[in-house]
Amino acid sequence: MSGFSESGMLPRTARIRELINESPRVKTFVLDARIIAKPGQYAMVWIPGVDEKPMSISRADPLTFTVANRGPFTERLFGFKIGDNLYFRGPFGNGFVIRAVKNVLLVGGGYGVAPLRFLAETALQKRMVPTVVIGARTASDVVLEEAFKELKVKTFVATDDGTAGIKGSCVDVACSLMDKEKFNAVYSCGPEKMMVALAAECGKRGVKCQLSLERFIKCGIGVCGQCACGGLRVCHDGPVFDSRVLKGVDDFGKRTRDASGVAHDL
Amino acid sequence: MANVCVSLAGISLRNPTVLVAGIMGTNAELLCRVGKCGAGAVTGISCSLEPRSGAVNPCLLELGGALLNCVGLANPGVEAYCIELSKAVGASDVPVFGSVAGSSVEEFGLLAERVAAAGVVAVELNLGAHSCFGRRVWNLEEIGKVVEGVKSRVKKPVFVKLAPSLGLVDNAMVAEAAGADAITAVHSFGPGMVIDVESGTPVLSSRAGGMSGPAIKPLALKCVYDVCSSVEIPVIGTGGVSTGRDALEMIMAGATAVGIGSGVYYRGASVFSRVENEIKSFMNARGFSSLEEIRGLALK
Repeated sequence: MSGFSESGMLPRTARIRELINESPRVKTFVLDARIIAKPGQYAMVWIPGVDEKPMSISRADPLTFTVANRGPFTERLFGFKIGDNLYFRGPFGNGFVIRAVKNVLLVGGGYGVAPLRFLAETALQKRMVPTVVIGARTASDVVLEEAFKELKVKTFVATDDGTAGIKGSCVDVACSLMDKEKFNAVYSCGPEKMMVALAAECGKRGVKCQLSLERFIKCGIGVCGQCACGGLRVCHDGPVFDSRVLKGVDDFGKRTRDASGVAHDL
Repeated sequence: MANVCVSLAGISLRNPTVLVAGIMGTNAELLCRVGKCGAGAVTGISCSLEPRSGAVNPCLLELGGALLNCVGLANPGVEAYCIELSKAVGASDVPVFGSVAGSSVEEFGLLAERVAAAGVVAVELNLGAHSCFGRRVWNLEEIGKVVEGVKSRVKKPVFVKLAPSLGLVDNAMVAEAAGADAITAVHSFGPGMVIDVESGTPVLSSRAGGMSGPAIKPLALKCVYDVCSSVEIPVIGTGGVSTGRDALEMIMAGATAVGIGSGVYYRGASVFSRVENEIKSFMNARGFSSLEEIRGLALK
């Protein structure tokens, strides 16, 4: 039935071929499928009769999602076993704009490192030199460290409590790296307040920076307006934005909206 | 040079394109952005008294020329909605309309009053929703009562958005008789359904949803033609419009203004200025100087 869902807008199904426990609350799902996508784009993962949620693509071939268990939907997803079928649509949104520059710094907070793995793979194919900083609260929350090391990407870990890597935030580590070495671009995904701080530090140093945002996504194609961050549609204009685009956006780093559109402080 | 300004129930629009309720209009910044994209006027999403989360995902599918949705009136409730509308009214380059979806005659009145007080230039009554969302489908008598109730409480122009039902023309005539200042015709078609054949499950979480987009334009156009043949008040011709040609067809069927919704997906948010430019090119090439000269041509 391949012809039926070529647009990516209707669900495709694929078998789960591998499951990896990354941390107590993060799991990687490797599917028997590939997707033509750019790093930073996302797919909508559907459990029929339950719900459908946006998941950033952590590898395109084989299609891989690295997911944090953070609600009823992911609770259900975490019950899936190898051999079970998963449904997905996509890709959706705009990914990271990867210019053929040399040194790039990838900064991931928590499960925000997921899309950066796909980005690192793509950067390596383009003969760029990626360095990654993985931030987490504590040692057991550090995800994908091994995956980056397997790719031979220079990997730094920062934990708030110092139980792994450097004690401090991933922004602190990114700053000290930027002060030692020239980076042509910074790419980040993680908690929004962390990215606000990172964007400010990049701004001070004149380094271009792209950030991947998270909002409540419904339609995925920019029509329903539910994922608004100021005048931006995170689902379609993003989820990746140049930090300069986000500069004047009042919601950035401050407010998100729930399924009804009621605003909540971040 | 062709002049594409229109007067809609006494409201001057720089061009006939109107952002319809339910598309992009969740906050002030997005409404202003659509104004900057060239819309003649913008409509906020439809609001209810209390916040509504709407249907869970999947709530929207693109089917190649059509969108099927069960967004289900997700909105933050009238209080938060009015805050966004007031901000939009203050910052927008173009007129801002509010849209309300009550669950009773009384509630429509209350909502319309509050939305009017937020400073919008007109209030649209969403009377076109589908039953698949667990919402009321309004009959002829109720439509009359809702419009009368709202008109007794709101001094601003009141638009009535209707479903493309068999009773559409009668509903439009009742709305007109009850004092409506314009008709928005039509709401999405359907409901329609898509079943995932691998799982045997309807894909939309509500099983079915309203259909919009280019595929329904001929159906919507006939509805607009029928309504324009039967009422004197202006009509906002809505349904599948994404090009200047689509808009011209609506105007030739008698529409005063043209609603654009799904077109935002099919041609991007710049669809409004593109449609305006395409209308102007046609008019310039054919020597028309105002939309008055072509409005209702097909009715003659």
